[in-house]
This record gives sequence, structure tokens and C-alpha cells, in this order.
Amino acid sequence: MAEFALPKNSKVGTGKTYPAPAGAKRVKAFKIYRWNPDDGQNPRTDTYEIDLDACGPMVLDALIKIKNEVDTTLTFRRSCREGICGSCAMNIDGKNTLACLKAIDEIKGDAKVSPLPHMEVVKDLVPDLNQIYAQYRMVEPWLKSDSPPPPDRERRQSVEERAKLDGLWECILCFCCSTSCPSYWWNGDRYLGPAVLLQAYRWLADSRDEHTGQRLDQLDDPFRLYRCHTIMNCTNTCPKGLNPAKAIGEIKQMMVARR
Amino acid sequence: MSQAQRPLSPHLQIYKWPLTMATSILHRATGIGLAAGTIALVWWLLAAATSASAFAVAQSFWGSPIGILLLLGWSWALFYHLCNGLRHLVWDAGYGYEIKSAYTASIIVLTGSVVLTLIAWVAAFMVRG
Repeated sequence: MAEFALPKNSKVGTGKTYPAPAGAKRVKAFKIYRWNPDDGQNPRTDTYEIDLDACGPMVLDALIKIKNEVDTTLTFRRSCREGICGSCAMNIDGKNTLACLKAIDEIKGDAKVSPLPHMEVVKDLVPDLNQIYAQYRMVEPWLKSDSPPPPDRERRQSVEERAKLDGLWECILCFCCSTSCPSYWWNGDRYLGPAVLLQAYRWLADSRDEHTGQRLDQLDDPFRLYRCHTIMNCTNTCPKGLNPAKAIGEIKQMMVARR
Repeated sequence: MSQAQRPLSPHLQIYKWPLTMATSILHRATGIGLAAGTIALVWWLLAAATSASAFAVAQSFWGSPIGILLLLGWSWALFYHLCNGLRHLVWDAGYGYEIKSAYTASIIVLTGSVVLTLIAWVAAFMVRG
């Protein structure tokens, strides 16, 4: 049964406020989820008032500014700052996205930032991704074939065959989609979720892969695949503009087609 | 180093509902409503099979403002579940996964269910005279 409320240890309290420096003209409040594993307290929301005239344009710029200049204890993942590594995935203004691709200007009112939803928190904005990585491994996201490759060249694809992978290979595994999905919230222990299913489809759609049957066998399960109810939160939220809901629909069609 | 039990990050509490999320949960809610309505239908049939006086009690309940309100809700739930069920059929056929079409379909389903409910009730009152 789905647990709609947060457990007792997860209820979010109010934390500290760090006011903007005197003389700041364009002030924006960032309300950021904080949780420290070492102090035994519940999570809290800290408010950081930032002078936008002294800050870069993206939410990640603000987070880095806070860490550098205001509060060094703020913890978050980031790496490439250009939307290709997927590290800074988090919930901003009620929607999952990459902090590096989210312009501060797009947020009306206070900027609310919290970790990817319905995940165990390691610290502050860092969720534990171990389970979702294990699910990713389960779909064996690599080329599987029994026939030997040609001796003198790579396995070839036609232009049309290659085109089937467009919209799939671009996924950066930031897991914005999976953690936006209510089905994954309630059944994440058994449902694979949109990100992993899109990856599963990436290999099902690959003309060079010869294990389509086994891959479908593995997914043919009331929970692993069929907990998708086409809620479409995944496609709504994907910061790369991909369509996991459609990929899952394609898998469901492959299931029917092989009967 | 103390290892506190990790909290669960906020989900429903913070997530802004896209329209498609609302129409999805409405599908389930109306499904549950229809199941409850079916029990009410059984009561009505049982009353009819029992005696004229029992049937009169049931009839007066369904004719009361509360009864009419329940019937109104039930009929809307039926039409909503029907329209959204057709939408699921389209999805299962492989169409309508783009964000734009998903939003358009949400609006069509919501509007369609209200229009069909109105038509049914106007027709019902016209037949009754």
C-alpha cells in the first residue's frame, strides 16, 4: 500500500535564514532542503537570500555560490555544469530537472530546491541511487549477441536501424524521470521505472542485439514493466526532452506482438 | 560517526502536478467510485426484488437531493472512466505519447466526460417529462 505521507524521521522543519548582503538590489530566496546524517535531527529547509546581480544565471550557479560564499556545508552533486553528466538532478520549483539547465529567471517567487523525490537521502541534496543502479544493471545495458562479429569490421547498421536509437541513446541517467513517477514512488522496489525501462528499450530497439526474446522475458512481469500507467510525469520532466513513456509503450507493444 | 536512519525525500508534498498526473489519478478514483456505485445499484435491485415498500424507500432515496447528487457523481465517473479508458486504448495502440497530444487528450477527456454527463441528464429528465 502506498504511503502518501512522509515518515516521522523525514518531516521537514524550518531551518536557518541567511540574509542577503546589505545593498543587494535583486534578491532571490533559495529554500533548500537540508539533512545532516551526523546531528540526529530531522530534515529542515534553510533559506539563502542571494544577490542575483552577483550570481550566474542557473540554479547550479546559485548553489555553488552558496557553498563557496555562504555555507560550505551545503552538499550536492555536480560535475559538468552543462547538462551532460546528470549529476545535479534535483527537484526545483516542484519539478525534477538538472540544476545546471534550470534558469533562475524561470522560477516565480522563492526557489524551492529539494533532492530527487521519494529517495533515501544521503545528505542534503544527495539521494542514494544504489537501488536504481542495481535495477539498471538488471536490464544488462550492453550489446548481447551470439553470432561472432565480422572479422574485419564492426557490426553494421543501416541508417534506418540507427535512427531507431535516436531519443534513447541521449539519456544521461540523471533519474529525473524515475523519481518523478508516482508508480515508482509507491512500487520502486519492484517496478523498474521510466529511466531503466527506456534503457531496456534502447537495447530492444538495437538491430545488432540478438537477445530480444530474453530481454522481453525478463521484463514480462506485472511489476517490472506493467506498473507504468502512462501518468506521463517522466516525459513531462525529462531535462533532455526524451520520451520514456513512449519507450515503455513500445515495450508493451513488443510484448503483445510476440504473443 | 553516527549513522542516522536516512530520511525519505519529499514527494507528493512538493511535486507540482502536471495535468496528465491529475487525469491519471482521476481514472483510478473514478474506478473506485464506480465499484462503490455498483454496490448501490445492487441495493436498488435487491429492494426492487424484495417488496414494493422496500423499493419505495430506495426510490425516495435516489430521488432526494443527496441521491441525485450521488447519481450525478456516479454518472460522471462512468463517463470519465469510459473516455479515459478509450484514451488508454489509443496509448496501447502506440499513439498519443507526445507531451502536446497528452495534454490535448487530457482536456478532451475532461470536457467530454462533463458534456456526456450533461447530455445523459438532460435526456433523462426529458424522457421522464
